[in-house]
Amino acid sequence: MAEESRTKIVPAGKLGYSFRRHLRERFIETFLFMSAVLSVAIMLAIIMMLVKESFIFFQHVSIWDFLTDTQWTPLFDDAHYGILPLVSGTVVSSFIALLVALPLGTIIAIYLSEFAPFTVREVAKPFLELLGGVPTVVYGYFALLFVTPLLQAVYPELPGFNLLSAGLVMGIMIIPYVSSMTEDAMRAVPMNLREGSYAMGATRFQTAIRVVMPAAFSGIAAAYILGISRAVGETMVVAIAAGMQPNLTWNPMEPAATITAYIVQVSLGDLPHGSIGYQTIFAAGLTLLLITLVFNIIGHVLRKRYREIY
Amino acid sequence: MKSVNNLEEIRRIISLHKRWDLLFMIIGIFALMIAVLTFMALFAHMLIDGMPRLSWDFFTSFPSRRPESAGIFSAWVGTTLVMLVTAFAAVPLGIGSGVYLEEYAPRNLLTEIIEINVTNLAGVPSIIYGLLALGLFVYQFGFGQSILAAGLALALLILPVVIVATREAIRSIPVTIREGAYALGATKWQTVSDHLLPYSSAGILTGIIIGLARAIGETAPIITIGALTFIAFLPPSPIKNEFPYVSIEWLTAPFTVMPIQMFNWVSRPEEAFQLNAAAAGLVLVVMTLAMNGLAIYLRYRMRKNIKW
Repeated sequence: MAEESRTKIVPAGKLGYSFRRHLRERFIETFLFMSAVLSVAIMLAIIMMLVKESFIFFQHVSIWDFLTDTQWTPLFDDAHYGILPLVSGTVVSSFIALLVALPLGTIIAIYLSEFAPFTVREVAKPFLELLGGVPTVVYGYFALLFVTPLLQAVYPELPGFNLLSAGLVMGIMIIPYVSSMTEDAMRAVPMNLREGSYAMGATRFQTAIRVVMPAAFSGIAAAYILGISRAVGETMVVAIAAGMQPNLTWNPMEPAATITAYIVQVSLGDLPHGSIGYQTIFAAGLTLLLITLVFNIIGHVLRKRYREIY
Repeated sequence: MKSVNNLEEIRRIISLHKRWDLLFMIIGIFALMIAVLTFMALFAHMLIDGMPRLSWDFFTSFPSRRPESAGIFSAWVGTTLVMLVTAFAAVPLGIGSGVYLEEYAPRNLLTEIIEINVTNLAGVPSIIYGLLALGLFVYQFGFGQSILAAGLALALLILPVVIVATREAIRSIPVTIREGAYALGATKWQTVSDHLLPYSSAGILTGIIIGLARAIGETAPIITIGALTFIAFLPPSPIKNEFPYVSIEWLTAPFTVMPIQMFNWVSRPEEAFQLNAAAAGLVLVVMTLAMNGLAIYLRYRMRKNIKW
């Protein structure tokens, strides 16, 4: 009976198992699967490429020298391969950037999430997003030709290339990332926690600091960690404004190179494929990847935890 | 702990604490103003320096040793071609991967690895993608320091952006749409291609625009590939007079892009070149702001119009 009515409505052969249709479905699913797996392949390719070239590098240079030598002069006749000067430049510039980005980003996030009226938030959020979209090379230009002269007006002895202005501009650049993630974390805190706090007579500020922020702690921590990993990996601002001379210093008033700036410097020259200079950028890149990977994993773990709370 | 005797006392304490609210409001607005004013200063500085250099000639001249006659012709043509390659590679792969993770993926270890990995890829510094492209595309695959290698490097870089946007757009479609399609006998792919992709197209488009806006401004990976900064010629034209009329020769041509051109001018000591850098930066900022603005507008429209 059911069979009869079906054949009346639909011509025979249109329904039921169709080999061509099945083949098409399988083909498409395979393509989609391949494109999803590609992201894993990219990650593996990155790691393999960096490890492969670094491996050749570490046959010339011992890991001990790499980690403890205080000079980085791979392109000189008297070559030294100590990563420390590059690490110090990276640490100092990132530290200044975070000194700007974390407090300001947090304050902006608290303000937008807990204090600002609806219209202010609706205008400020897209504006911050636009700020995050400005190309980094433009921020580099700004650091070198605007912020450095401004700082030199206060400290005339400040050199034209310095870590301070690069770090400050980098900090401004990272604010949107920190503030938007922190705000998301704070807005994910359920309303009834705030209501409970207000009912006890707490003010907005007390609620924000003592109730909402602790509740959003792991999300805020994840935002901070992503901010750190962005600062460490930032390239163009430091390459333009901090000079590209490796310099083992903790003084932000000096010019210095970061890990990323060194890679840029070498790439601008004409190094033959397979030379030791070519391999140094992969060793530097591997160091950078390991640092950011550690931060990313911590951030991921923290975010996962905060998602599970509510 | 202070003991509180009556209502008056409590009111007094609360109103005392409310002063902190006001203080923090002021600090908050101040912090926001720092971000806003910095951007204004950046834009104004570039406008003052760069505006006089912006003319028709600036867009149609090649870079030159004489700063007054230098322009960004090869740079914006290069950027356009690189973006073509990037979009061509990242869009299908990103959407495919997003669709797979939302609609097809079984709940297993591999899926989890892919998901964690997409998050991780988004956190890898852009210069690392440059190193990957240098080792893999430039030397291993033998693409050379070409438009193809640069385009693919940037495609890998923005892939996570497209994947995440696709997933979020598809996830927001109610499950009833899928059930309706399946009830009428649609296959999985018919459901995806006839319903899910059309309904999520605005969200996916937003992600693609944001990704491309990011790719346009990326400098570090392209420097790492070894793009030349002084290119006084155009890549071979993609359209030919003879049969087969289209050519892919331009894919392997040497090139320069806008941010590289700007970087090159910034690094010169002569002030005249730095004015050129300001002008190039102005073009770059206006381009990325316009793209990001379009994306924000699209998202705003979407949120307002779609009610399931």
